[in-house]
Amino acid sequence: MAKESTFKNMTLTLLMITLISSACLGLVYYFTNEPIENAKNAKVNNAISKVLPKFDNKPTSQMFEREVDGGTLVFYPATSKGESVGMAIQTFTKNGFGGPISLMVGFLPDGTIHAIEVISHKETPGLGDKLESGKSDFSVQFKGQNPKDFKLALTKDGGNVDAITASTISSRAYCDAVERAYNAFMMEGGAK
Amino acid sequence: MSQLKNFTKGFVKENPVFVLLLGMCPTLGTTTSAVNGLGMGLATTFVLVMGNVVISLVKNIIPAKVRIPSYIVIIASFVTMVDLSMEGFLPALHAQLGLFIPLIVVNCIVLGRAEAFASKNSVGASFIDGLGMGLGFSFALTLLGAVREILGSGKVFGITLFPETYAMIVFVLAPGAFIALGYIIAIMNRLSKK
Repeated sequence: MAKESTFKNMTLTLLMITLISSACLGLVYYFTNEPIENAKNAKVNNAISKVLPKFDNKPTSQMFEREVDGGTLVFYPATSKGESVGMAIQTFTKNGFGGPISLMVGFLPDGTIHAIEVISHKETPGLGDKLESGKSDFSVQFKGQNPKDFKLALTKDGGNVDAITASTISSRAYCDAVERAYNAFMMEGGAK
Repeated sequence: MSQLKNFTKGFVKENPVFVLLLGMCPTLGTTTSAVNGLGMGLATTFVLVMGNVVISLVKNIIPAKVRIPSYIVIIASFVTMVDLSMEGFLPALHAQLGLFIPLIVVNCIVLGRAEAFASKNSVGASFIDGLGMGLGFSFALTLLGAVREILGSGKVFGITLFPETYAMIVFVLAPGAFIALGYIIAIMNRLSKK
C-alpha cells in the first residue's frame, strides 16, 4: 500500500522523483544537443546554398548581424576564389498571418535577387504555406529581379508581385521581409 | 478483464477521442494532415506507455497526498525526452507539431490513465493499457487528419487524389476540424449502436 502521507515521506518522495527525472533529462539533453544543433545549422546552410550561386567559402563563419526595425538581420557573405558572388540575408517580418516569418534571401552583388527560401513560418497550411518554394511558384517570380525596378509589393497595391490566391496577408508579409533585406543590403553598400 | 480486452478497449469502446472526448486540444490542433496526426499520436503513445509503466512501478512508494505532483513530474520528463529527441532527429515533424508536443504534459488522457489505471494495476496491465489507449488515440488522430487532408487539399500521405482546385479549404482550417470530428463521432456512434 501507499506510504503514509507524513511531511518527511512526501518531501523525500518528491525530492527523489525530481532528482531522478532531472538526471534522466540531463542525459537525454546531452545526447540530443548535437543533433539539434546540426539540424538547425543544416537548415541554414541548406538555405544559403539554395539562394546563392556557387561559392567556395563558409558564409556561416563570416556572418554578421544588424539590428533593423526591432529585429535582427543576419548577413552571410559568399565568395568564390576570393571574389564576391553575393550575399544571403536571413530576414524577417512580423506581419505574417500566423506570426513572424523568417526568410533567406540571396542577392547577387548588384542587388538582383537570386532566389528566396523560407526558414520558418506559421502560416495556414494549404493557404499561406504556399510561400515555401516547393509548394507553389510564388517565390519563383522573384528570381532574377532587381528590386531597383521590380516593386516589392502586390499588384493590387501597385507593385509587381502576384499574390497567392486567398493569402494576401501572407504574400504582403513576404514582400515586406524581402524589402527589408534589400534595404539593409543596400545600406551595407551591396556585397563588396 | 483480460489483457486483450484491456488492449482493444482503447480503439473502440473507450477510444479517447471518439468516445471519451479527451485530449481535444491536440486532436483539433494537429490534425491538418494524416502524417501530423500520426506523429502526434505516436508521441502521445510513447508518453502514455512509459508514464503508465513507471507510475505503476512506483505507485507503492508514493504517499497518496503527493501522487498527482509526482505523476506530473514523471509525465513531464517523458514529454521533454520526446520533445528533445524529435527536435534532434525529426526536425521537419517537430517544426509542424511545435507547440503541441510540450502540451502532451497536460493532455487529460495521459494523467487520466495514470490516475485511473496505472496507479491501481500491475505493470504489465498498465503497459497494455497505455499501448491500447495510445494507439487508439493515434488511430483517431490519423483518421481525422486523413479526412481533413483529403477534403481540404485533395491529398493523403503525400499522394494527390484530385486537383487542389476542387478541395474545400475550410477543412484544413480550424472550423473544419470541428466539422470533421463531429461527423466522425456521429458515424462511430451509429456504427457502435446496432
